Amino acid sequence: MPFVMPDLNPVVPEIVMTIIAVLLLMAELVIKRKETLALLAIITAGVVSFTLIGSMGTTFSGMFVSDGYSTFFKLIFIVNLILTVLISPKYLAVMRINFGEYYSLILFSTLGMMLMASAADIIVLYLGLELMALSTYILAGFIRYDIRSNEAAIKYLLLGAFASAILLYGASLIYGLTGTTNLKEIAAYIAGHNLISNPALTLSMIMFAAAFSFKIAAVPFHMWAPDAYEGAPTPITAFMSVGPKAAGFAVLGRVFLTAFGSAHMDWAAILIPISILTMAVGNIVALSQTNIKRMLAYSSIAHAGYMLLGIISGGPVGLASVLNYMFIYAFMNMGAFAVVIMLRTEGARGEDIADYEGLSKTHPMAAALMLVFMFSLTGIPPMAGFMGKFYLFMSAVNAGYTWLVIIAVLFSAISAYFYLRIVMLMYMKEPRTTVELNSSPAIGLALAVTVSAVVFIGIQPSMVINFARLAVAGF
Amino acid sequence: MEQTINNTSGFPILSMLIVLPLAGAALILFISRANDRAVKMVGLLFSIATFALSLPLFANFDKTTHLMQFVEQHEWIPYLNMNYHLGLDGISVLFVLLSTLVTILCVLISWESVRMKTKEFFISLLVMESAMIGVFCSLDFMLFYVFWEAMLIPMFLLIGVWGGPNRIYAAMKFFLYTLVGSVLMLVGIIVLYFYAGRTFNILELTNAAYPFKMQLMLFWAFFAAFAVKVPMFPVHTWLPDAHTEAPTAGSVILAAVLIKMGAYGFLRFSMPLLPDATRAMTPVMLTLSVIAIIYGGVICLAQTDLKRLIAYSSVSHMGFVTLGIFALNVQGIEGGILQMLNHGIVTGALFLSVGIIYDRTHTRDIADYGGVASVMPVYASFFIVFTLASIGLPATNGFVGEFLILLGAFKASQWAGVLSATGIIIGAGYMLWLYQRVFFMETSSKVAGLSDLNGRELVALMPMVILIFWIGIYPNAFLSFMHPTVQHLIERVNSGAGQADILGLIK
Repeated sequence: MPFVMPDLNPVVPEIVMTIIAVLLLMAELVIKRKETLALLAIITAGVVSFTLIGSMGTTFSGMFVSDGYSTFFKLIFIVNLILTVLISPKYLAVMRINFGEYYSLILFSTLGMMLMASAADIIVLYLGLELMALSTYILAGFIRYDIRSNEAAIKYLLLGAFASAILLYGASLIYGLTGTTNLKEIAAYIAGHNLISNPALTLSMIMFAAAFSFKIAAVPFHMWAPDAYEGAPTPITAFMSVGPKAAGFAVLGRVFLTAFGSAHMDWAAILIPISILTMAVGNIVALSQTNIKRMLAYSSIAHAGYMLLGIISGGPVGLASVLNYMFIYAFMNMGAFAVVIMLRTEGARGEDIADYEGLSKTHPMAAALMLVFMFSLTGIPPMAGFMGKFYLFMSAVNAGYTWLVIIAVLFSAISAYFYLRIVMLMYMKEPRTTVELNSSPAIGLALAVTVSAVVFIGIQPSMVINFARLAVAGF
Repeated sequence: MEQTINNTSGFPILSMLIVLPLAGAALILFISRANDRAVKMVGLLFSIATFALSLPLFANFDKTTHLMQFVEQHEWIPYLNMNYHLGLDGISVLFVLLSTLVTILCVLISWESVRMKTKEFFISLLVMESAMIGVFCSLDFMLFYVFWEAMLIPMFLLIGVWGGPNRIYAAMKFFLYTLVGSVLMLVGIIVLYFYAGRTFNILELTNAAYPFKMQLMLFWAFFAAFAVKVPMFPVHTWLPDAHTEAPTAGSVILAAVLIKMGAYGFLRFSMPLLPDATRAMTPVMLTLSVIAIIYGGVICLAQTDLKRLIAYSSVSHMGFVTLGIFALNVQGIEGGILQMLNHGIVTGALFLSVGIIYDRTHTRDIADYGGVASVMPVYASFFIVFTLASIGLPATNGFVGEFLILLGAFKASQWAGVLSATGIIIGAGYMLWLYQRVFFMETSSKVAGLSDLNGRELVALMPMVILIFWIGIYPNAFLSFMHPTVQHLIERVNSGAGQADILGLIK
């Protein structure tokens, strides 16, 4: 059989990313100023996003697909990458972990996510997932001298390994059942052989749901998240709370809506209890947290619960609402973490919720920004978070899940309490100690970008919604 | 089907009313924190400018039609058919004016009493004003919801940052109560949207007919949002805390405008959209209203805290408002709307007055007062006017409103009329007793030597006195705004085909 060169056009962004990430890894040996690496990483992100244009197509015998859906997610990953790099250097300096591998690992992890978003085959999906996960495990344990960081990495690694194993088991069942790992062919086989409600298929869907739930931190597969979030370096916590979650949703959406599309009722029955549990546990447990990183961990769990509503609703509308929410969530969550990072200084950990007491008096600007992010996460208009939730709820009502939306809005009202508590502490208490702020132009830029996005999308959400709708046109 | 009178003047007056306070807030953002005086001046200037801008609404309003006027419409999210759609009718126009007026008074009254974070205070106040105007102008249900919720943020801060000793508890309670109610309404809005064929336009939604069962469920979903705001009897418990702990400006806005939005919501949404459910639920609503009137009044008799007493009197007075609205006849509804305005003026004025004396004595305990009339005679004469208006003495505005409401209530249900009339007697009881304890008796040590009203405070109270007598003596100046609109509303509520009896549901 003659060797046919596959069409490389759709993979150009990934190829560029790989080459630069490897080059960066070597350049680290000669470049002494680590901030230069950060700058290079951002330039890489810019170049990659540029190559996204015109990369549409399917290649490698249908294993890899670059479409609107994957491009939308890749944009989220790149936003996530840029914002993470912006908030990192100062923190790394303070923590004295300014090693050059850091930026390469973030690039590799993002590359994994991009592969996941484009995976049209379970094998590619698994490849991407492992690349993303392994890089993130290392990043979580990046503070080598800190026992909590070690704990975070080990927990994340062990539980992540379980999730990968479950995913492989589900994949092998599907392969046994249909004889293929290609998502489209699986879908055709299921429809053609009337496999709906087949116990083996249901079992394999449960396994996929479990594995992806681990990545998006949905209950009951969320146990790793609070510890990993708390122990990891804060920029990495921010990175983990958006990137892997978005990648998890990307594959969840593609696998369940493409491969298992005809078994919608069956997998909806699996995801509905997961979604309710996720909203319940995330929002209720967050109420009692005293560490802001843990609180934001539970909050990110709860947000996965809301987004599951969009997947459950299914169809292009449901998916578009997930994409829209993920995009908004990336900005508001990153913004909140950027404020958390500013409070981390040489002298103070700045991770206790009590550290926020009286912040509006000592640092009115930081407090005002945090206020915007907290109200956005609660979902109060005119912040973007409201528009995201609103569109999700609309798609769910449209799909006939009104009762589920009622549960969701009630939990969302509960969530107001813990977000408001931060606002309350900042504005309504007197400062107990003088808090130093660890600001830098890069963090300032990240905050400016996130806050403008949150306010602008909140007032004029049309653009993002339309973009998300275009992105899911293929479903 | 959809009829409106477009704003042809080429000047988007309603948008300007919403934007102007926001512009003021943005300007304050750039003023140095140290320059307190400039912050206050900008706050005052922009609130006065907004008020001045709202006056043409009063003068140019066409009183002969129920159609929406000054209408502006722009696309907002075309894909979801959400529009930036503003307009006023006979119900909403007066509340826009009330909001702009009250904001000026709030700026004046906070001139000296707000000492810390002045910058944030005036920003919150102006953002609040903009959201309030937006709520009353919106003709798109989602736009309404956005303003309705956005209002929570500045109000939360006003209570929580500048409030009394127990302010944090009160602010949290206020926020969570109203949020839970609102989110249920949000689900209701989405359900309506899909049923009526993908529209948030209030006028188009009104034209659709909804099945009775759905109407009932939506009625209670909306009830959750509106009854909490009013507040009606079983969900009123946030109000005493919020009113008592809020700073004077916060209490005034709460009493004068915010709690009117609940009743406004019933008038604008529940009744025209869900006519069958409204008629079916009338007995329940009348009962809750009567309970609020009597229960709120009796509780007032037991209060030892000045602000708390006035707060509970709001529960009683708002009971009258909902009683009138759900009497479902012209007298009742017009009385209800007028009484909303009256209550805004009178209770707003009472909170202003309490704030004035609190600034001097720093106590709200009634037992600490006594003999104020001999120390502050001018203040005492203002206060008696507000007291009598609150009781509903003829020639004051309270009389007109309560009289119309009772008239309507008697027509709807004699029992409700008789029982609620006792509320007026209880009202006279607690207000006069309050006046006696605070202003007469022996001069207490805390009161001795207080200075009487200064010019700024006089200016803040004067408009209220004028309005009290204006409405009291010539109510038609205000009632004439609402005749066609109310008539149209009643026709709409009675138009629903037959299904009204609740038995139909049980079968």
